Amino acid sequence: MDTPYIIEMLHITKRFPGIIANDDVTLQLKRGEIHALLGENGAGKSTLMSVLFGLYQAEEGEIHMNGKKVEINDPNDANALGIGMVHQHFKLVECFSVLDNIILGVESTKGGFLQKDEARKKVMALSEKYGLHVDPDAKIEDITVGMQQRTEILKMLYRENDILIFDEPTAVLTPQEIKELMQIMKNLAAEGKSILFISHKLAEIMEVADRCSVLRKGKYIGTVETKNTTMEELSAMMVGRNVNFHVDKKPSEPGKPVLEVKNMTVASKVHKNNAVKNVSLTVRAGEIVCLAGIDGNGQTEFVYGLTGLEPLVSGTITLCGEDITKAKIRERSLKGMSHIPEDRHKHGLVLDYSLEDNLVLQRYFEPEFTNKAGFLRRDNIRSYADRLIEEYDIRSGQGPITKARAMSGGNQQKAIIAREIDKKPELLVAVQPTRGLDVGAIEGVHKSLIEQRDAGKAVLLVSLELDEVMDVPDRILVMYEGEIVGELDPKATTQEELGLYMAGAKRDEVKA
Amino acid sequence: MTLLLQYTLIFASVLILVALGGCFSEHSGVINLGLEGTMLVGAMGGALVMRYLTGSVSTPVLILLVILVSMLAGTIYSSLLAVASIHFKADQTIVGTALNMLGLAGVTVVVKAINTAANPDDVSSIIQYGAARDKFVVKLGNFEFSWFMLVTVILLVTAYVLLYKTKFGLRLMACGEHPQAAASVGISVFKMRWAGVLISGALAGIGGIVFIMAGASEWRFEYGVAGFGFLSLAVMIFGQWKPQRIALAALLFGLFRALSNVYSSFGWLAALNIPSSVYNMMPYIISLIVLAFTSKSSRAPKAEGIPYDKSTR
Repeated sequence: MDTPYIIEMLHITKRFPGIIANDDVTLQLKRGEIHALLGENGAGKSTLMSVLFGLYQAEEGEIHMNGKKVEINDPNDANALGIGMVHQHFKLVECFSVLDNIILGVESTKGGFLQKDEARKKVMALSEKYGLHVDPDAKIEDITVGMQQRTEILKMLYRENDILIFDEPTAVLTPQEIKELMQIMKNLAAEGKSILFISHKLAEIMEVADRCSVLRKGKYIGTVETKNTTMEELSAMMVGRNVNFHVDKKPSEPGKPVLEVKNMTVASKVHKNNAVKNVSLTVRAGEIVCLAGIDGNGQTEFVYGLTGLEPLVSGTITLCGEDITKAKIRERSLKGMSHIPEDRHKHGLVLDYSLEDNLVLQRYFEPEFTNKAGFLRRDNIRSYADRLIEEYDIRSGQGPITKARAMSGGNQQKAIIAREIDKKPELLVAVQPTRGLDVGAIEGVHKSLIEQRDAGKAVLLVSLELDEVMDVPDRILVMYEGEIVGELDPKATTQEELGLYMAGAKRDEVKA
Repeated sequence: MTLLLQYTLIFASVLILVALGGCFSEHSGVINLGLEGTMLVGAMGGALVMRYLTGSVSTPVLILLVILVSMLAGTIYSSLLAVASIHFKADQTIVGTALNMLGLAGVTVVVKAINTAANPDDVSSIIQYGAARDKFVVKLGNFEFSWFMLVTVILLVTAYVLLYKTKFGLRLMACGEHPQAAASVGISVFKMRWAGVLISGALAGIGGIVFIMAGASEWRFEYGVAGFGFLSLAVMIFGQWKPQRIALAALLFGLFRALSNVYSSFGWLAALNIPSSVYNMMPYIISLIVLAFTSKSSRAPKAEGIPYDKSTR
């Protein structure tokens, strides 16, 4: 016990085919502290944690616990050393109850039979002690993401782990749940648990962490005390340059209308009412219009109707003077509509296709990529992909032949943006384009949107992030329960006023 | 009526055993389409024991040996599926199909070779076990009670307890639902899947011997098992991968299979003058109809059919 460090990862190097995920990384965790691990998407944070948890073995480097060298070859070793982890994608069996998930792997038995009563008592006691409310008999598939996460935390506590790893725990939570989680983490640290907290959200790190280590492109940059640093300093360490939190743009010069939506109504999939009710709006060339609102107020369905993923109940859509209400998705794409979808895994990419194939998904049939006999022109596809990768700085292990699934979230998004912008659309529909991205990548996405605007294109941005809603667009339309309830000028309004419209407390009659 | 009950119970026993086999394999994450072939191999194992040992050992020993050898034969045969699908990450559908073809052909060759060795003029693939079959049956009035029925009930209860009341079952099902989650709490997915497949082979093996002894005193092995392996998969799906529901589904299918054996003893059914082939087709037609209507809501183990790969998240 002569070292203040409970865990030290010394000079860790981990390689994957074509990429060095961790290059001589050192991380030292003090007893009872909350230590943040900060880095961009793909900087190697998750890999480093997987090494500590025994899911991967490092090629070089050592792990020390309380000053003594330890070997961690699989999660059992990690567990025996008291290391537990809440994974970014929860490791929960969906059709099992909360209790079954907690005891899985460390079940107590009597005469060969499972003994769940004692386990239940222990879980309830832990749940009470740390304020982790769960229903032990509910099935995972029926409970909220927040409760699933509390189940994961209880899993670690049930195993009496002292070192808790949280891999991007806030990415999936609502603001209210994030606040609760921060409090829970503080309680755990106060009880003597040591916490590693992986994140790329600076505000959270500043609020909850004692110290912060920064990784960039697999390399260790440094460790700072959060009370002696600023968000600006941290973000500069993370991306290697100063990041501008504010979006610079010149005033917009709107031209002729590009998109006109009249009286659009879209049915809901979850309830009997229409999700979008009689919405009309216009987006002109050279402006960014933002459709703001709290999640679930019809924005998703509006975009589905607009892009052709769902049929309209009524209403018309006009793109550049042409009626596209009944046009197929490919027609809409060919007529100049680009779509950066909300769910990039579901609607944005074919995850098991290579990057180059994903980049020509909407264009493979063009003469440039398909010859007269109907065969793909692989060489042209490759050179096209190489150009986009170069221009849009899409990083991946093996270049154009990398499987989309193997790329980091930020680079998947870059690939979609490259594809959608490079086909030179008249209208760019960008739905939550910065979701799950780090500050450096967010800055890049915002810059692309503004470049499109300045090039005289129309941009429709759908966003849930207040900062983005205030900074990026030229006009804000607020959607509430399927209707547009207000039009705001971002320069003349405040976040408070915007919030009132979004919560339905204030509304104007808006004409298209 | 007694005859109908008797046949229903014995065919249901076959379906329960083999469907439970499929159930264990799929709960561990491996689809076992090779049940048909595994049944045949198990049936051959049991039939050979009866051919060579009838008369030389006491009845309880014979019954025990037949059951154990058929289970062992099925277990060994299914290890081919385990090696191919767990270690070599082969496509489980194709491996299962291959096992069915290999099972039928292999068993036919072996039985013919044995027959020809004993008598050069005998080139059939028949094993006779009429004398031994009587030892498995207890007459209760008109009703022929088979010890296999008792064994089935015992195995059914054991399967239920194993799946839902022990840590083995909890871990097995975790491997079929979310192997990465199982691995993250230190469970060896490879070991659990091996266990699932081997149990599946044992149950299919005993199912095979029960099937050939259900209504016959000899079996021509080149006929196979008449699709009972696949019928069992239908029972398993209809039973939603749960032992108690599998038992009910098996009784329903068993009833229709039994009808084709005994319909002529029901005056009004015989009077309808429907060809016997229609009755023979019934279980298969019923399975098509049932699956068409229920498979939409069926909830298969989520990770079944997907080879476990440590590095995917």
